[in-house]
This record gives sequence, structure tokens and C-alpha cells, in this order.
Amino acid sequence: MKFGVVVFPGSNCDADAFHAIRDAVSQECEYIWHQDTDLSGFDAIILPGGFSYGDYLRTGALARFSPVMKSVQKFAEDGGLVIGICNGFQILLEAGLLPGAMLPNDVLEFRCQWVNLKVENNRTPFTCKYAPGEIVRVPIAHHEGNYYAEPHILDELERSGRIVFRYVDEAGVPSREANPNGAARNIAGIINERGNVLGMMPHPERCCDSLLGGEDGKRVFLSMIEWFASKRACGGAELSSGAVPGGSSTATSVAKDRS
Amino acid sequence: MAECVTPKDPAPLWRQMGLKDEEYSMIVEKLGREPNYTELGMFAVLWSEHCAYKHSKSLLRTLPTKGERVMVGPGENAGVVDIGDGLACAFKVESHNHPCAVEPYQGAATGIGGIVRDILAMGARPVALLDSLRFGHLDDARTRFLFGGVVSGIAGYGNCLGIPTVGGEVYFQAPYRQNPLVNVLCAGIMDHKDLHKGQAYGVGNVVMIVGHSTGRDGIHGCTFASEELGEDTESKRPNVQVGDPFMEKLLIEACLEMMQKGAVVGIQDMGAAGITSSCAETAARAGTGLAIEVSKVPMREEGMTAYDVMLSESQERMLLIVKPEKVEEVKAIGKKWGLNAAEIGQVTSSGQLQVFHNGKLEASIPVNLLAEGSPVYNPEWKEPAYFSENQRFDYSAVKVPELKQFGEILLKLLAAPNIASKEPVFRQYDYMVRTDTVQGPGGGAALIRVKGTTKAMAIATDCNGRLVYLNPKAGAKWAVAEAARNVAITGAKPVAITNCLNFGNPEKPEIYWQFKNAIEGMAEACLALSTPVTGGNVSFYNETEGEAVYPTPVIGMLGVLDDVSKKVTPGFKATGDVIALLGTISGDAVSLAGSEYLETVHGAVAGCPRDPDLALEKSLVDVLVKAASEGLLRSAQDLSEGGLAVALAESCILAEKGADGAVIELGGTGCKAVADHRPDAVLFGECNSAVVVSLVEEDVSRLKEICGELGVPFGVLGKVSGSSSLRIESCMGTAVLDVQVSELRDVWKNGLLRAMAGDTARGTTE
Repeated sequence: MKFGVVVFPGSNCDADAFHAIRDAVSQECEYIWHQDTDLSGFDAIILPGGFSYGDYLRTGALARFSPVMKSVQKFAEDGGLVIGICNGFQILLEAGLLPGAMLPNDVLEFRCQWVNLKVENNRTPFTCKYAPGEIVRVPIAHHEGNYYAEPHILDELERSGRIVFRYVDEAGVPSREANPNGAARNIAGIINERGNVLGMMPHPERCCDSLLGGEDGKRVFLSMIEWFASKRACGGAELSSGAVPGGSSTATSVAKDRS
Repeated sequence: MAECVTPKDPAPLWRQMGLKDEEYSMIVEKLGREPNYTELGMFAVLWSEHCAYKHSKSLLRTLPTKGERVMVGPGENAGVVDIGDGLACAFKVESHNHPCAVEPYQGAATGIGGIVRDILAMGARPVALLDSLRFGHLDDARTRFLFGGVVSGIAGYGNCLGIPTVGGEVYFQAPYRQNPLVNVLCAGIMDHKDLHKGQAYGVGNVVMIVGHSTGRDGIHGCTFASEELGEDTESKRPNVQVGDPFMEKLLIEACLEMMQKGAVVGIQDMGAAGITSSCAETAARAGTGLAIEVSKVPMREEGMTAYDVMLSESQERMLLIVKPEKVEEVKAIGKKWGLNAAEIGQVTSSGQLQVFHNGKLEASIPVNLLAEGSPVYNPEWKEPAYFSENQRFDYSAVKVPELKQFGEILLKLLAAPNIASKEPVFRQYDYMVRTDTVQGPGGGAALIRVKGTTKAMAIATDCNGRLVYLNPKAGAKWAVAEAARNVAITGAKPVAITNCLNFGNPEKPEIYWQFKNAIEGMAEACLALSTPVTGGNVSFYNETEGEAVYPTPVIGMLGVLDDVSKKVTPGFKATGDVIALLGTISGDAVSLAGSEYLETVHGAVAGCPRDPDLALEKSLVDVLVKAASEGLLRSAQDLSEGGLAVALAESCILAEKGADGAVIELGGTGCKAVADHRPDAVLFGECNSAVVVSLVEEDVSRLKEICGELGVPFGVLGKVSGSSSLRIESCMGTAVLDVQVSELRDVWKNGLLRAMAGDTARGTTE
């Protein structure tokens, strides 16, 4: 499976994502310069963390205008797997590929720490290697991770199983104390209605090696690999309708709300 | 010209620019004429203390700088050390104290920017940052403002660069109230073959400026950094530059790409004194000259004069010396990253720095005179009165607390901002980016693995200014020894240091005495520990309204751990493990000198700290490295602020689940053999060459054997109990202290936050 890691000016987790793909899960990986528009040959695209365009204006607000983003949009429309991590998640929000917006952390400070995440939906291409409801430890590192969406959108995300990760305490409870940034309903990661675009604030690429404190992030990438292999095994069929429970016409309206 | 001239000031121009009368005469004599306005400005910045090391040069020459691993020593942008496998580490620590005293956010931010470019200039990719910070006590509003601003500045700039901030120190002590210290260490990694230098070789080669455009910001910044702060400090705010980390990130990537392509003959950061210093220094090192046309420098404002351009300290700029046939390639890489890459001049054989503005010669000065010609001062020194008073300090006036108070004292020490967890600070820094941080902030040293090898680099910064103040020579030795110990407790072998020497006004004999003694102590310790000095920075004039900071020679120690899987961490690992003491605890009254205990509990900064036994320190390091390589150590924590009790408490607090709690018997320290030992000194005394380790029972005999071979005292202290409490018993078996680990953890974890919120009163309990 061939991954592409997009490099925007100011990306700084690009090399980490590259390393995780090539060395931790042993897949082919290439960098994609933000001005390149040809994504043919890639099976999955990673929008990495960092400070694209220096976070000027708003996080991710300028990166969405990079030439590569039109291609990423097309890639997603064609069913390709896209994962946005941290700044990558913020860019997906700004580009309208996912609903909602990111506010500064409620503590008004940057936060770099390990958090507990609950895998709320393991029936996605990004989480199929996790057990349902599994609690995993993954680091965060951001200043704007306070996810916001209007209540009816949040309700819709809940209903359609599109909240993939939530901040929880060790017992799995999405408590206020376990929420490091004030994100609505403790949301750490969401998926699009079709189930092929994931955005998450925590950094799975930072925990693919026990030497660095944990390997819980590795299965995000292993899930993608397994899903891709099984898809190819059934002749390149489209994403199964069951990948995201409830993903239907109501979810389309969510996307429209954004635009 | 308004930037540096106060119209009301009747003093001659050179004095207004910070030059002494005799320095001006020297310029006129050597130049053979009066310098014009632009030239005078160029001399003033390059002959400032900050750039010219006028008061430190002669003593710095006495530091040991040679070693088999040293590839580049002092004099370049940063020291470079061989770490094996064809790789090298470039590292250096630098101060940004004065800017932070007036504008903490930008001061700290641009401090990071500057040191990162120094590492970049060696051809290395910057991979780690450490911050060594000093402030006043947190009960002061101005201190909280400075502290908050500096930490956010480090976070705001450092996080954006994608270079992890992996460690450092934060101290809160009264003498830093008006004059905080902000020292930043950066380390980078490169292949030996990629080593670059700041040298302008090759007549006809092209001088280029890459990065940000040049504005009027920061003119005379280094002159400002070479003065004491005073009432008019606030007016110096325009001397502080403003940083743009996004630009710096692009600059890093672009310069690395230019160097990888073999396009760069020489490269130098434009930091203090901007284009003037980078041009003069690169040409002086190569024995060439440079001709610069300032109109070709990309500018961000109109109407800038040659003077403005030459003295600007605009950030995020690098000077490159490029072969003519590579110029287009450099420009193309600049364009790719959206950066200016402009030709501004040529390397000449004239030996002069010639500055043209629209073809008109504005300045012409011999590069050697500018870069190397400043006078070297050997100021007078005088032992300050406080030093002999310290030696007469009467410890009997310090009452030994009753046994039942020891638990409470330990809790008080753990809650003290100097000892409490610095997590409220470091959680604001991205310490994990690059996915190489094996041990981040909070351990003795940071461990950065080197991908593609089994290795890790260990880096620590250390200096207890209180000890250096009380006894500069001994205190500097302790700083080196503690830095080495902090590296060695991870299992890494200490190999070299960089230093940042923060002192008051060297023209005062008492301050120069501190400096002289600290340098002597440092030299001795570096020789004894085989850790040569590879470079660093001197920051004088850290005084406000006549009050100097503690003399603070910060040591940045680099170590190499050959097999990162053998790393050792500070927390206890499993119930039943044996806890042992390597080294000695003196336990006598003198070990209270300058201790955190004496200040926090008894409200005294007093006593004369003794010298470390450097031979023992070296053996202790060797034992730790050898024992770790044989996989004998399950945990290791060195004794520093708060002494033995705090070291034990920290190993309990940081323990693996199920391994918290320990039972300790003080007989194992060997202190009862000391005639005048006192229990508070045994538990909380400092200046000990000692480390607390834990290991499985079966390995005890082997560790004992290694200690025997290398001449390090070994004593069994007790066991990891799993009982969730730290119990320390006297030789007679009575409990001196028995505290729940949860309680220890609570005060340690929240101590800093509570102090910031004003929850704890500082001062004596008596």
C-alpha cells in the first residue's frame, strides 16, 4: 500500500508520519509537496501535523488554498483514504471535508501530553484493528484542539457513529477532567459520512514504538492497511455501506451546513 | 540616526553608542582616521561586550577545549562533537536575558531563533531544545508576568519549528527578580561530511542573504545587552526584535537543502549585530574581505540607510557564501520555500569589509580590526566581604528539627517551586515532535534517540546559582559534576559541555572575582571529568539598579548512550528491588550550605559549600555507565536540591504502578561514621557526590564489585516496598519519616501551580 504525506510550508510532523509508515508498519511512503496536484498512484493521503503557513489567520485556513488540496478533495470523493492529524484535522475542517471548526484550547495554552482515548467506532477503515470501546493512550500536542460544531451537527455525528475517538479517563468515562482542550462532547476524532476521511487531534504517529512510551497509535495505520487489502481482495469494491453505521442522507445535510 | 542618539545627551557619539573613550582612540589610531557615522556604528556593535567578549576572553582561554571527540571547538557558531557511526552533534547554549527582562515573549522567542540558526550554520539539523530559566520568587506580580511571558514565548516559537523542547531547568530565587535568565540550548545532528563553517572563502564567491527581509528592528540590540538595566529599561523595548517562527522553519528547511546540494561554501547566522558581524566574522576566519552593496538587501521599509541595514538585527536571516555557478540553484531553493535569496556582494582579497550604498562607498574597515581587534580587558578582582562571612557561618544557629517534623519538611521541600514538578511549564512545549524523545522533560537528562542507529544523545543543563554565589569555584565544579551525573544516570557517557556564563558587571571587582573563580572551578571539573568545553556564551551586566544576579555558569552537558535499549530512568520499577546508595553523603553541618532546605525551611542563604571530590565524581560516572551497559540498574536518581530525602521521594513518585513505596534504613548511608553528622543534613543536605539506584537482589553483588573496582562507596539503603509509603528509619529502627506516596505526589505535582496561584507562603516555618 502506498501512502503519501503532504508537506505544506510549516508542516512539522511530516517526517514523523513518513517514519511511522515506512518503519513502523513497513509500507511504501512518499512526500507530496503542497504545490503538486497529481495524486495518482497513492492509496492513502496523510495531512500531517504542524503549523502550515505559520497558522496565520486561523489554523489550517491558508493551507486549504494550497494547490494540493483540490486534488485531496477529489481523491476523497473518489473514495481514497485521507487522514488528517492535528493540523491536518484543522485543514480538513477548513476545507469542508469534515464538519465543525477548531477553537483555541479552553486552557488558553498549548498542551503536550498523553491522553486516554476511547475508540467509539471500530467499524471504520482507520479503527478496524481496535476492539469496540477500547481505551488507548495517545499523545496530543496542540493549541487549537477545542472542537466545535453546532448542537444539531454534534447530534448527527453521534447518531451516525461518526465520532471515532473521544477523550476519556482511565475508566473510559468522557469526563470534564479527561478533556484536555474543552472539545465539544470530548471529541478527539471524527469521520466523514462516507467513512473515508478521518480527522483526529491526537498523534497516532507518535506512539508506534514502545521506546517512545507506547504503540497504541500503530493500529490506526494497520487498520488502513487491512481495510485496503480487504477492499482490493473483493475487487476494488466501494467502501461497504456498513463501514459507518447510519451514514446516510442526513449526514449529507451536515456537509451542506458547512458550505 | 535617531535610534541610538538621545538629543539631550551631550556626550560624544561614540559614548552614546556604548564605546569607551580609550576604545574610540584605539579605533582612530588603528584605522588611521576618524570613522564615519556608519563605521562608528559598526565598531560599536562588534566591539560591544556581547560580541567581543572583552572582559572574558583572557579567562575563557584557560578552559580545556581539546578532546578526541571534539571536531569543532570554541570560536565557530557552535561546538561539534563526534557521536560515532559517522554522525556528529552540534550544540551550544546561549543567553537572551536582557531582551526577556523588558519583553519576555519576544525575548524568549528570538532567543530560540538565534541559537537554532547557530546550529543550522554548522550544517546540522536542529533536533532538540532545552531551556535553563531563572526568575525571582513567584509571589511577585512582575515575576509572574516575566515567567508567563518567557514560557509562552518559548512555546509559541519553539513548537512551530518542529524542534522538541525536551528539558532544561527553572529556578525561582530572589536575585533574578529584575533580571531573569533565559538560556537556550540547541542540539543538532549531522553526518560528518555535512559539516559547514562560517568562513568566507574564495575570492569572487558570492555573498547572499537568505530569509527574512531587513527592517529597522533591533538596531543596537547587542549594545543594550552589554549594559546594566536601570530605570529607563522600559524605553529599551524597541531594541528587542520580533520573531517569526514560520519564517525560521522555512529558513531551516531551505538552508539544509542548499547545503545538501553542495551549494554553500560558508554559512553564518545573522544574530547580534546582523550583517556587520556575520560579514566581519566570516571574512576574518577565512582571511578574506567582503564588498557589500546594501541596496541589494531585501528591505521591509523604505529609506533605510547603510547604517540601518548594517546594524539591523531583524530575525530569521542567514548569510551564505556561494560559488557563482551555484547562485541560481540557491535562488531556486529559496523560491521554492518562499524566501528571499539575494546576492548582496562578493568575497574579495582586500581584507576589508567594504559597504556600498547605490555604488557609493559608505564604510571600509579591515575585517580583522572589526572582528578581532577589540581591546581585551583583565579587570581587577577582589574577594567580596560576604565570602569570608559565609565561611564563619554558625550552623549551630540552625536548629535541628524534631523527628516528628521531618515528614512535614519533606512535603514542604517537594512543594517548593525549585523542586516541584515543572510539568505546568513543559506541557506547554511540544517535547515529542520528531518522534525521537525517549526521555523528555522531568528526568535528569533528556534522551534523544538517533534514528537508524542504536544510539541516543543525553543532554542536561545544570547550575545551582546559590551554590556558585556562596562559593564560586566550588559551585562551578558542582554544576559540571551534577550535569555529568544527570547524564550518567540515564546510562549515557558524558562527553563534552557547552556553557552559558551569566554574571553581573565585570567592571566591578567583586563580580570579576566571582567570574574568575567560577572559570577556574569549571576548568578543573571539566578536566577531571574529561568533558571539554566546545563553546558557549558569556552574558555580563545582569544587574538591575546595581543588584547582580547569582553568578550562574549554566552547563549544558552532552552524553552518548550507545544502546538506547539500556536506558535507565529515575522511578522505582518493582517491589522487592534493592535500593542502594552509590557515592557518599557527608551528613555534616557544612552540607547544609546553600541548600534548598536552609533557604525554604530556615530562610537562610548561607554557608560556604565545600568542593566536590572530582575523582569520586568521575568514578561515579564510570560506575553508572558500566552498570547501565550491563543492564544492572532498574532506576537511578542523583542527589541535588533537597538531598537524599527528595531523591528517594522522586523515585517513589515516578515509580511504575505497584512499585511505589520504599523502606529505607539510614545506616546504609554510612553517615553515622561522621562525627558531627546531623539528621537534617543526612536527609536534606546537598553537595553530595551520590546517586540512589535500585536493582534486583541478584545483581547486588555484581554492582558492588564494579563499585569496588572503581573505588566508589556502595551502601544498601533498603527496598522498594510496594506499601505506598516512603518510610525512612534511623540506624536504631525508629521511623524518622513515614509519608504516603500519594501525598508526596500531590505536593510535588501541584507545587508550582499552587505557588503561581499564591497558595503557599514562602519563608520560614520557625
